[in-house]
Amino acid sequence: MKKKLLSAILSVAMIAGLLAGCGGKGEEPQAASTETETQTQTQEQAPQEETTAAVEASEEGKVLNIYCWNDEFKRRIEDHYPGYAKDAGDATKGTIGDVTVVWNITPNQDNAYQNNLDETLLKQADAEADSKIDIFLIEADYALKYVDTEFTMAVSDLGVTEADLANQYQYTKDVVTDSNGILKGVSWQGCPCVMFYSREAAKEVFGTDDPAEIQNYVSDWDKFNETAATLKDAGYSIVSSVNDTYRVYSNNVTSKWVEGNKINIDANIMKWVEDSKALVDAGQAGTHDLWSDDWSKGFYPEGKVFAYFGPAWLVNFSMAADAQGSIGNAGGWAATEGPQGFFWGGTWICAATGTDNAGLVKDIMLQMTCNEEIMKEIVVDDDDFVNNKPAMEAMAADTSYSSKILGGQNPLGMYCAGVEGLDLSNLSIYDQGCNEEFQRAMKNYFDGNANLEEALDLFYKAVVEKYPELTY
Amino acid sequence: MKSVKRGKVVSYNKWGYIFLIPFIMVYLVFQLIPLVSTIYNSFFENYRSGLTQIGPNFVGLENFKTIFTNGDIITYAENTMIMWIMGFIPQIIVSLLLASWFSNPSLRLKGQRFFKTVIYLPNLIMASAFAMLFFTLFSDGGPVNSILMQMGLLSQPYKFMSNIWSTRSLVAFMNFLMWFGNTTILLMAGMMGIDTSLFEAAEVDGATSSQVFLKITLPLLRPILVYVMITSLIGGLQMFDVPQILTNASGDPMRSTMTLIMYLNKHLFSKNYGLGGALSVVLFIITAILSMIVYKFTNKKVD
Repeated sequence: MKKKLLSAILSVAMIAGLLAGCGGKGEEPQAASTETETQTQTQEQAPQEETTAAVEASEEGKVLNIYCWNDEFKRRIEDHYPGYAKDAGDATKGTIGDVTVVWNITPNQDNAYQNNLDETLLKQADAEADSKIDIFLIEADYALKYVDTEFTMAVSDLGVTEADLANQYQYTKDVVTDSNGILKGVSWQGCPCVMFYSREAAKEVFGTDDPAEIQNYVSDWDKFNETAATLKDAGYSIVSSVNDTYRVYSNNVTSKWVEGNKINIDANIMKWVEDSKALVDAGQAGTHDLWSDDWSKGFYPEGKVFAYFGPAWLVNFSMAADAQGSIGNAGGWAATEGPQGFFWGGTWICAATGTDNAGLVKDIMLQMTCNEEIMKEIVVDDDDFVNNKPAMEAMAADTSYSSKILGGQNPLGMYCAGVEGLDLSNLSIYDQGCNEEFQRAMKNYFDGNANLEEALDLFYKAVVEKYPELTY
Repeated sequence: MKSVKRGKVVSYNKWGYIFLIPFIMVYLVFQLIPLVSTIYNSFFENYRSGLTQIGPNFVGLENFKTIFTNGDIITYAENTMIMWIMGFIPQIIVSLLLASWFSNPSLRLKGQRFFKTVIYLPNLIMASAFAMLFFTLFSDGGPVNSILMQMGLLSQPYKFMSNIWSTRSLVAFMNFLMWFGNTTILLMAGMMGIDTSLFEAAEVDGATSSQVFLKITLPLLRPILVYVMITSLIGGLQMFDVPQILTNASGDPMRSTMTLIMYLNKHLFSKNYGLGGALSVVLFIITAILSMIVYKFTNKKVD
């Protein structure tokens, strides 16, 4: 009986295996035929696309595919884009009129977002009209990687004119301008950064929490480092991790990460290394990664962290302002300019070449990044700093607007001043890899596991692994 | 005429081949073809910079030259071996001890089944989840540090992830925890296969228990021990998930916990099939040699 059962099971397994094998083969011709179908489709559509791109779209696709890495843009669209309706049953879908909006959200972790986007973009030309990417979002660190290619459409081809964008901050345009000077994306937010410090700590150590007074203690790097020592004596670290100040230095560089094909380290970056090593050796700051648990400890009073550097989104989106007992929840932060102006993050909207929804893409760009009413709404509802100069300046002067997390301070004036001074002429397509690997390699130096030379060697090695065409 | 003659002899040969087909198909698709294409790829310069594809250009043995001249592969092989040995030695000792206790009828251990299950359990947790857990436990401000500080053993938090030997020890400890149950069960099976009359004879002759263990159990257990060691060595060479997650893919401090496979994974960022392929070929050769050794060992025993 047992033997029979066994042989029955074995033969079933055999047949199943064989069938699976056949199934695989059987599908091939089908797949091939659909491929040829799509090819002919795209060929037919090619001339149409040119016309739709140039004028208002008459025949638009029924599916709008948006690629992004978190739900920030999704929430902005849901809350502020006129006519957008959520899909009750499916969080990854929505509708605008009769067009279905499909959100393809891949987290940033381990480069997953870019890997996914790269693969899809490279297949864009052969994809069916409804599965082509229409909009994808990018960040400044790797903006040029996409902007400087054919895969991204010039906004002027969509019909967005320079006059439409006149109110936007120049730096937000610099980031997404390709090597030929053509603008390829737009952003609804500006991300000038300031230093957020804990009011309670400031009162305890300096006897005041007035931003103007505190600014005197941190107005340049020498003073900043002196203040770090004062804070250390009072039991506070000036920043959670030395990686907090990295962007402040790296945004104020005078040369690019890569010159020709050679890796180049700017003097200001080396100054970060020097200052940070001193901070770490004196026990005035940690070396942990941003976003780690250790880093986030300072969001609460027990963390004993004096300040964080960041833009508007950091304080309202990331610093545990919703959690009971956090500094932000009690309105315990205040903002001041800090030693140097810098920017961090920001999301740019790009149209993918080959989109079949050019008209809608154009409208989304205009509504979200040029419509002053909507942008003001975003400031009030979401505490964001929007990419509209007159609107922001008006709100900066408006005494009725204040941020709860910042204990009633209106930080917009500070942002407005900061955003003017941003210089982004030194971006390169290698920025993301270089910034990551540099901080990672230097951690070894700060922790005392390597001398500076060894740490730099490690950095070069890691960058060449990521970008084999570079030399050092 | 001939065909009629042959028809009378019932041949079962073809069934043998038919039953082999599923294995051969799976082997071809998932093993042989990738293997050959990896070797093929290792002779090309083939990577992606941003969205631009570079190559494939035939470069001969250039990739192998790069790998061996920059010396990284030796360092990472060393790291891998050090962490493997640090995990394997306690693993084999503890497993031997547990297996001899469990298989010794005179001890009459209670709740054997329960303990056998419990020691095997860590192996069921995903390695990445396990590493994530340790990362949180041993972070600078994590629970382990706060316990040690509250007990007064430390005044400052100890940076487990910033010191070479503590990080390596954590990796080794995790591998030990995950695999000692598995090894125990293997060794126990080996020990139970030993003829009990040998133990009884030794007892009658007045051998002590350590003599029994050293003179009877260990020599007879040798084939199983060799098997355990080689499989563990090959597994150790492929060490990846635990250090990858624990160090957030960096292999820090100073890449002292970077294993060979983590290094291979680094080339994925630029889709560097050339260098990655060459590295895989080298790994393949090392593993093949090790497998050959185990094959020889097991064959010797049969003689």
